[in-house]
Amino acid sequence: MADHTVHSNTLPPNPEKATLEGKNKFLGFWFFLGGETVLFASLFGTYLGLRGGLNGGPGPSDLFHLPLVFIMTMILLTSSLTSVFAIISMKKGNFKGVLGWMLLTVVLGITFLGFEIYEFVEYYHYGLGFTTSAFSSAFYTLVGTHGAHVLFGILWISTLLIRYRKSGLTLTNAPKFYTAVLYWHFIDVVWVFIFSVVYLMGIGG
Amino acid sequence: MAQHGIDPTAPLTGEPSKKTKRKLAREMRTQLISFVFMLFLTSMAFISIASDAIPSGFAFPFILILAVIQVILQLYVFMHLNERGNGWTNAMIWTGVLIAIPTVAALMLLLGIVKW
Repeated sequence: MADHTVHSNTLPPNPEKATLEGKNKFLGFWFFLGGETVLFASLFGTYLGLRGGLNGGPGPSDLFHLPLVFIMTMILLTSSLTSVFAIISMKKGNFKGVLGWMLLTVVLGITFLGFEIYEFVEYYHYGLGFTTSAFSSAFYTLVGTHGAHVLFGILWISTLLIRYRKSGLTLTNAPKFYTAVLYWHFIDVVWVFIFSVVYLMGIGG
Repeated sequence: MAQHGIDPTAPLTGEPSKKTKRKLAREMRTQLISFVFMLFLTSMAFISIASDAIPSGFAFPFILILAVIQVILQLYVFMHLNERGNGWTNAMIWTGVLIAIPTVAALMLLLGIVKW
């Protein structure tokens, strides 16, 4: 996008990529997401290899409940859409809109995380500790790593919201919000595979 | 880059151009349509497991195909990989996927079949 040079502080069409720093952040962040893909692939591979090893403990079909997973999926998918709206607001130059939609994204993320904590506590009471079986270790590591990413995303976006609550949209903070939104979408991408591979295939047989 | 004397921490002012506004309106519509489509894909995946409408031998490949379609929508529509000038970002994420696939396959085979 070399044709969009920035004169004074007027709103460029893509504020997140208007500076060299913004471009580098954008590219570097996708490089990071490529690495994250491999991280989650190794956890998925481990889970798929070990999910049959129950060691007498409860298995996927004893534990998983479709309605809870469905609600969690819908919450995360909706939060992905609200963060899309935040970026559209950003390109319109509407910083209040950015803050509002990002706040909604954080609220949905916290709700999702609450459900996940509830779920893990329930499983623990059902007799599925981290060291119960190969299945339980692989399950908690995979879904827990995803949950840790959700937590990190919540803290990251909250920090941005507090830090920039009064600054208005600038060339400095536009790439920061943009990469945070990319991260949030990536969390949803991973969840799509978790609900398909772990939960649906776990219940299906 | 004609950026001398510009303070990047100063608030941005002004309206987007008419062209940008039109582009954003179009983008909004695309995003909403793909969101509805993703809701549909997700519901299909859950229904195919919750009901016995689809034989279980076919249900697994079916939900995996739905997942792949949904992820491609997320990457290309929500995360804007489809925009021009994103050649390198595409290269980054697809390199990740290229390494991820043999990783999953190898772990499944090594842990699931050889050892366990």
